[in-house]
Amino acid sequence: MGKILSVYGPLLLTAMGQTLLLALYGLFFACIIGMIVGIMSVLKNRACRIFALIFVNLIRGVPMIVLAYFIYFGIPYFWNTVLQIGGLTLSALQAGTICLALNCGAYMAEIIRAGIEAVDVGQMEAARSLGLPYWRSMHRVVLPQAIRTMIPSIINQFIITLKDTSILSVIGFPELVNTAKNVVSKTFMSFQTWAIVAFMYLVVILILQQAAKLIERRLKRGRRSL
Amino acid sequence: MKKQISVVLALLMLLCLSVALAESKVYTIVTDTAFRPFEYADETGTMVGIDVDILAAVAADQGFEYTLTALGWDASIAACQAGQADGMIAGASITDARKENGWIFSDGYYSATQSMAVAAGSKISGFADLSGKAVAVKIGTQSAEYAESLKDTYNFTVTYLESSPDVYQAVIGGQAAACFDDTPIMADYIKSNGVPLQLVDGTANEGAEYGFAVFSADKQELVDKFNAGLASIKANGTYDEILKKYLGE
Repeated sequence: MGKILSVYGPLLLTAMGQTLLLALYGLFFACIIGMIVGIMSVLKNRACRIFALIFVNLIRGVPMIVLAYFIYFGIPYFWNTVLQIGGLTLSALQAGTICLALNCGAYMAEIIRAGIEAVDVGQMEAARSLGLPYWRSMHRVVLPQAIRTMIPSIINQFIITLKDTSILSVIGFPELVNTAKNVVSKTFMSFQTWAIVAFMYLVVILILQQAAKLIERRLKRGRRSL
Repeated sequence: MKKQISVVLALLMLLCLSVALAESKVYTIVTDTAFRPFEYADETGTMVGIDVDILAAVAADQGFEYTLTALGWDASIAACQAGQADGMIAGASITDARKENGWIFSDGYYSATQSMAVAAGSKISGFADLSGKAVAVKIGTQSAEYAESLKDTYNFTVTYLESSPDVYQAVIGGQAAACFDDTPIMADYIKSNGVPLQLVDGTANEGAEYGFAVFSADKQELVDKFNAGLASIKANGTYDEILKKYLGE
């Protein structure tokens, strides 16, 4: 254990940094995708709703490891070799970010849709009857209430996504699991290495959970003062 | 009465246990998923290849039973180490570093070098052209070590993937400029699968023998059986037939 920490400790820490970087990129774009698709799925416009439905079902229906192989190996191959356009290469970070953003975005869209639908229809009707336009009612009345119910699910999704980065070890992104596999095959000490890796994930996720608790408490305080 | 029943039950359990122990002489051997022509699944999903046939011939010669499971390369290493498997036959090069870490190897059954390949039509003609580019290798292999030994001199980065087909796909797709893998494996993929890669001349290392490997000293008898079996299939011509079957020489 000590040997792994002293020799490969810095390498594993760098890998943890890469994991966080990938998770951060992925979550940033997932939030944007989730927000857009989530709102599209509650709009009156039929085309928007159908698009959102297809997107969510397509992504949720494909395991992330398959999505990762498809994006990293499949898309450049299709683009360069089948279509003969050429010149497209995706780095593991780019492919990983796309993969996380799509996967987490789809789940986020569902959380946002559920959050908006959980707000009583009367709220929107009241706002509209007071003369507020649709988007302003959405922005000022419905979303502030919806976000409160969404926060715990969104934090949960963040944690799941952080752990899902480990799936992207299969496309060679040097995140924690990929690096750990490398350390295992160099040292042939698999139990010790995986124990260290599990501990590292645990620490990061516990920190994230504490931060989430703080945010939730602050939001609750806001509700009482209303 | 209750006591009698519990004694009978305990005896039954002991009996079951001893039967289970007596039957556990079936060795669990693990291998890689796709390392053509040493091991790969044929059209029906059956594992075939040089390693698979050599193991079958050795087992027949020595009269031991085994089950062969294709776990994949790094999972095979972990399974042997954890004692979940008795041994592995996966085109594993016999190296001093591996022996120092506790692996016990059989006699070599095939000699292979590692070399570099690039996408067909690529302009890369040697290590010097790799500067600033990415190179794909399979996690934990001799080829990975070989690439690591060169990366600082020639200023390239190394990407670690899980299997040989993944490594080749990364080069074909353009995510990596070149790959390092065992020469006979790449030659076979290029020849029989039409994988659009080309070997780069003059990039091979000295190479090493492939061996059957076990992790703990109490598996020594399995290695001894393998060595004895290997010697006799080499003597009776079976070994040459197997190589001929897959390498077509």
